[in-house]
Amino acid sequence: MAPARIAWRLAAVKDVLVETPRAKTLVLDVPGWPGHVAGQHVDVRLTAEDGYQAQRSYSIASAPENEKLALTVERLEDGEVSPYLTDELGPGDELELRGPIGGYFAWRSEDGGPLLLVAGGSGLVPLMAMVRHRAANSSTVDTRLLVSARSSEEVLYRDELARLAAGDGLAVHQTFTREPPAGWSGFARRVDADVLGQVGPAPSQRPRIFICGPTAFVERAADLLVGLGHDTAAIHLERFGPTGG
Amino acid sequence: MPPFSRGFRGRRVDVDPARVPPGQYVTRDFPVLSAGPTPRTPLDEWSLTINGAVDEPVSWAWEEFVALPSESVTVDIHCVTKWSKLDTTWTGVSVDTLLEGVETDAGYVTAWCDGGYTTNVPLEDLTGGRAWIAYEFGGEPLEPEHGGPARLLVPHLYFWKSAKWVRGLELRDDDEPGFWEAYGYHNYGNPWKEQRYSGD
Repeated sequence: MAPARIAWRLAAVKDVLVETPRAKTLVLDVPGWPGHVAGQHVDVRLTAEDGYQAQRSYSIASAPENEKLALTVERLEDGEVSPYLTDELGPGDELELRGPIGGYFAWRSEDGGPLLLVAGGSGLVPLMAMVRHRAANSSTVDTRLLVSARSSEEVLYRDELARLAAGDGLAVHQTFTREPPAGWSGFARRVDADVLGQVGPAPSQRPRIFICGPTAFVERAADLLVGLGHDTAAIHLERFGPTGG
Repeated sequence: MPPFSRGFRGRRVDVDPARVPPGQYVTRDFPVLSAGPTPRTPLDEWSLTINGAVDEPVSWAWEEFVALPSESVTVDIHCVTKWSKLDTTWTGVSVDTLLEGVETDAGYVTAWCDGGYTTNVPLEDLTGGRAWIAYEFGGEPLEPEHGGPARLLVPHLYFWKSAKWVRGLELRDDDEPGFWEAYGYHNYGNPWKEQRYSGD
């Protein structure tokens, strides 16, 4: 039997949350949503009045356990779709999407750990779905989350991460590449082998590794982790390209 | 026709729409997509192999491979992540050339790669001047992040079929889903029919 087509669905925008100066979270009601695994994404399709259409992919930020589907979208200055999603769309609007899509860059709490999650900028989105899924299941899997951002104000989900990091087994590390906050004593440089070594877990613990961010960030972090001796088959990559729109 | 997106106008690019498959947008960049770290196999350890349902497997070392008759082609490429790139120029060896002298009744091919990636393609899609093992892009050696030293180039299918870091073509009697195909992506991947995912 041929597999069923992943259907386009009409989501209702319930809320739009300001995350950072450039990123917003769309909180959606999706009738018939079949559920997803943390790390998966959706395709969004916009249709202009003359029939012109544009499609892009966005990572799911919410855990499978959350009642509503959340997409966090970073506004790209010369983008075609992201400025519409962050600037035009509001509660009461509808948004066409289909998914969930992907299955390799994905984690279920029963997959276990330890986990190393490495985020460059808005690459945090699918990793946050994993962190939220972990919390929703009261998982105590050893999880190290490393977030690289230019400045503190560009870190998505700051307050929620601070709350979750107080729980069992989750260590949240940040590095600021442009403007560390005043009095910051943590990492203040691009991710390098020393940062990754300090964040851990050691290769001998055989962590499952998920890296998401811009291509240059992901390539570099993956190369560094291979250099540290991590198993290449344990390293899962997802990219937010500069042309994502 | 789906409902209109209130206030959405879109940004039309000045290209012939007949060259852009449905749901794609044209980019001038060359985005990168891969599931794992970039393998870096030294050229003196590299080889290309045709194996599987063949009378006799055949293999070329790098120097032998690049000494084969090559072709330069200018083609449009279409990634399932929605970008298309027009007029890309590649140099490589036609799969027809590689299969000269290979006796097979196989109907399918699994391309296998450094890093463990695989993808499946009907054999007839790789022959008749429609596929190459490419080792230059834009007149320069193909960079590792784009699949160098050599990748499969099958421009009439979505670009995940153009396997990076290719090391061999396994000819098969049966059609075995490759890496992305097993994760819910379409088994064939015709961009003009928008065959992105299983069931499309």
